[in-house]
Amino acid sequence: MVVRNPMIEKPNKDGKPPAIEYQEEEILDTVYGAVVRQCYSMYKLFNGTFGRAMEAGGVELLIQKLEKFFYRYLQTLHLQSCDLLDVFGGISFFPLDKMTYLKIQSFVNRVEESLSLIKYTAFLYNDQLIWSGLEQDDMRILYKYLTTSLFPRHSEPELAGRDSPLRPEVTGNLLHYGRFLTGPTNLKDPEAKFRFPKIFVSAEEGYEELHLIVYKAMSAAACFMISATVELTREFCEQLDSLVGPQLTLLASDICEQFTINRRISGPEKEPQFKFIYFNHMNLAEKSTIHMRKTASVCLTSVHPDLMKILGDINCDFARFDEDEEIIVKAMTDYWVVGKKSDQRELYVILNQKNANLILVNEEVKRLCATQFNNIFFLD
Amino acid sequence: MAEEHYLELSENPVQFEHASSVNNVFFDEANKQVFAVRSGGATGVVVKGPDDKCSVAFRMDDKGEVKCIKFSIGNKILAVQRTLKSVVFPDKRSLKLLKSQSINVNWYQYCPETAVILLSTTVQGNVLQPFAFRNGTMTKMSKFEIELPVIPKPAKLSLSERDIAMATIYGQLYVMYLKHHSRTVNSPGAEVVLYHLPRDGTCKKSHVLKLNMTGKFALNIVDNLVVVHHQSSQVSGSEPEPGPFSGPAAVPTQPPVPCQLYSSSWSVFQPDIIISASEGYLWYLQVKLPPTVHLLQDKGKLMDFLLRRRDCKMVILSVCSQSQEKASLPVVATVFDKLNQVYKEYLEAEQSYAAATESGTSRGGAAQKRPVRTQAVIDQSDMYTHVLSSFTERKDVTHKFIIAVVMEYIRSLNQYQITVQHYLYELVIKTLVQNNLFYMLHQFLQYHVLSDSKPLACLLLSLESTYPPAHQLSLDMLKVGPEPDRVGRYSHAVNRSSREAPLNCHLGNTTEKIAIPDDFNKVSRTLR
Repeated sequence: MVVRNPMIEKPNKDGKPPAIEYQEEEILDTVYGAVVRQCYSMYKLFNGTFGRAMEAGGVELLIQKLEKFFYRYLQTLHLQSCDLLDVFGGISFFPLDKMTYLKIQSFVNRVEESLSLIKYTAFLYNDQLIWSGLEQDDMRILYKYLTTSLFPRHSEPELAGRDSPLRPEVTGNLLHYGRFLTGPTNLKDPEAKFRFPKIFVSAEEGYEELHLIVYKAMSAAACFMISATVELTREFCEQLDSLVGPQLTLLASDICEQFTINRRISGPEKEPQFKFIYFNHMNLAEKSTIHMRKTASVCLTSVHPDLMKILGDINCDFARFDEDEEIIVKAMTDYWVVGKKSDQRELYVILNQKNANLILVNEEVKRLCATQFNNIFFLD
Repeated sequence: MAEEHYLELSENPVQFEHASSVNNVFFDEANKQVFAVRSGGATGVVVKGPDDKCSVAFRMDDKGEVKCIKFSIGNKILAVQRTLKSVVFPDKRSLKLLKSQSINVNWYQYCPETAVILLSTTVQGNVLQPFAFRNGTMTKMSKFEIELPVIPKPAKLSLSERDIAMATIYGQLYVMYLKHHSRTVNSPGAEVVLYHLPRDGTCKKSHVLKLNMTGKFALNIVDNLVVVHHQSSQVSGSEPEPGPFSGPAAVPTQPPVPCQLYSSSWSVFQPDIIISASEGYLWYLQVKLPPTVHLLQDKGKLMDFLLRRRDCKMVILSVCSQSQEKASLPVVATVFDKLNQVYKEYLEAEQSYAAATESGTSRGGAAQKRPVRTQAVIDQSDMYTHVLSSFTERKDVTHKFIIAVVMEYIRSLNQYQITVQHYLYELVIKTLVQNNLFYMLHQFLQYHVLSDSKPLACLLLSLESTYPPAHQLSLDMLKVGPEPDRVGRYSHAVNRSSREAPLNCHLGNTTEKIAIPDDFNKVSRTLR
């Protein structure tokens, strides 16, 4: 994998070939360093460590595996749009009230109790995480895979045609919208073969290999991870489908209801007028009002790439020291960029104000902290 | 099984001189007094009541065989009946006729608790006319008909007073009818039919309890349970109201004094009295709750049953403890929900009482009574002390299950909008920390599942050296808490203080001591 510094050609007066000027500052090492690390993590998620391949079949096997994996994976990368968020590799959490959260906990616990094969569970809604039974580093890369690769591939069954196998399944008398995103696409066909993707997560002694079952009902998705040493049969899938389908469907509509109620209560003031990026190193929580929906193929930002680069630079500065810091940058035209680091948290705000000054900008940021982040402690 | 019997006779029965050729025994159902009349009263009358520490004894002239003898309330006036049509009062007092009613009556029954008399009318005797006595007046209630199994032709008296008993169940008056089916009809056996007799309105048949047996029966009511005694099989079963469960067989435990169980000389009186005149004992029938837990397999129904019984608290708590070993999470959740529903109802009653008394008597109307806390109210302190704290120490249950159970209890409390006590949150944190489940702890705190509080924040700080994110989480918690402006100064205090587990939390410029439970400190120390 090669990343080249962008270059511009400067025409030469004397008829000589145009001079090439490399624009090193245009590329942030931290960003592409992070991308490389992420590539490795993604490879490791599906193939285990390099060492494992070497042990199994020496360098030849490793090369084979790398080729097979990166051939597809590299095509999904859009290096031009990589930015600060790649440095963070964070997880977007879905905001939820206590009662609904407890209901989800209850659901996860009961499913894990009924289907004792399940070792770990993760629960997502709308491409945002609610609960993870995995350790942070593993969840982080799994989350990236789910949100940038798996979820975008599957469309909602409600949009499917009448004869489509994606229509809601009827289990007994219960109509539910649950279906497998990995594994059997059509439970009704007894001949159809299926398999679940296998992933590698860290365990007490190195790593463990797991089947990844991703089951979705409306906007709620549950990931169930089972030891790869177990063979998963059609009966097991049917059992899971009949147990989880109805419950997950109910939960999904509960969450949707709660979310609508909360939106109505908090009103339009909470709607982001600020452009900001927030990241917490402790729990990997990230929030960005700058980025539109990230899919495998497109990642839109609503700000000029130059501003994103400034954010990246500020982040590099922060990474150098351990102490809490605040950096304010006056960018082009009326743009101001504020970076704030407190404990393990980083906040970047982009303001566009005519005739602003440091004091004004500072106050605006304070206001943002008070409204959007009122339950988080930021040192002033 | 030694613990089979859930009905028993009281340990200390009232003892009196047994019936004999010289001694006649009478029982007054209203005051629950036993009169032992020797030689028509000439050699003495001994009266014993349920609460009397000493008996009342006196003599009266033998003016013939005594048919009935009773005291008024407080033993003020004695009434003696020696003939069919006259009653004698030894003390001279004036008597005033309050009301008279002309009805053809076959027999009657009187229920002292509700002051209602039931008269059997018509030839067949199954049309019952009740009258209520209230404030010195006698009110006619609406009459009702008891359905007989067979209509006799020609008509004759088909309902005897032995077939009827009146009882209060859950504060309501019921008339119980022991319906015997004739052998020719292919019926399962006798039934107990309950007729609900409301104060105002009509009497309606409300429940039918199938007995699947024939023979001689007697009825009692104990702790709102209908107890049916079957003489030939020497067995008693019970059915609670409403919603019967299958009447199981149970034999009362051996009473402390020798006597013949189920002897034919036993007399049963409402609601819960059994008298053996030939042996001279008066027992109260009692329910022993612990053996009842084996009667119902469905824990939800068992809870419904136990929550209606008087002395249920410890039995309920022991069922909770046991069910957490064997039961599944949905069952545990159902049990918690049933208990918390009762708990919430009590809390709301308390709240509205407090609000009413605060607003004073300006509201007028009847003064509200302070809600009574029955044993069925199981609060968080009960659950913590008797069930959860020992449960979380168990080594034979997975930590996953322990946490799932505690979270289920917290979920249930939240569902009924009951504020969760901080010691439950401490229990969760302690269990998570002991099992190194820090990523779970972090998520619970992130979603404020473990509600913010100062004690919790200090607890988190004590974890900092084992789990660095605790620092950030506790500062957030303090910020949300009641004194946010202190947080800035506090964070400096933490950085400078020693890393030994702080037993005190110094906040701002005052030293506020917040005790961190000892066992929690032990946990965090061992993890370092």
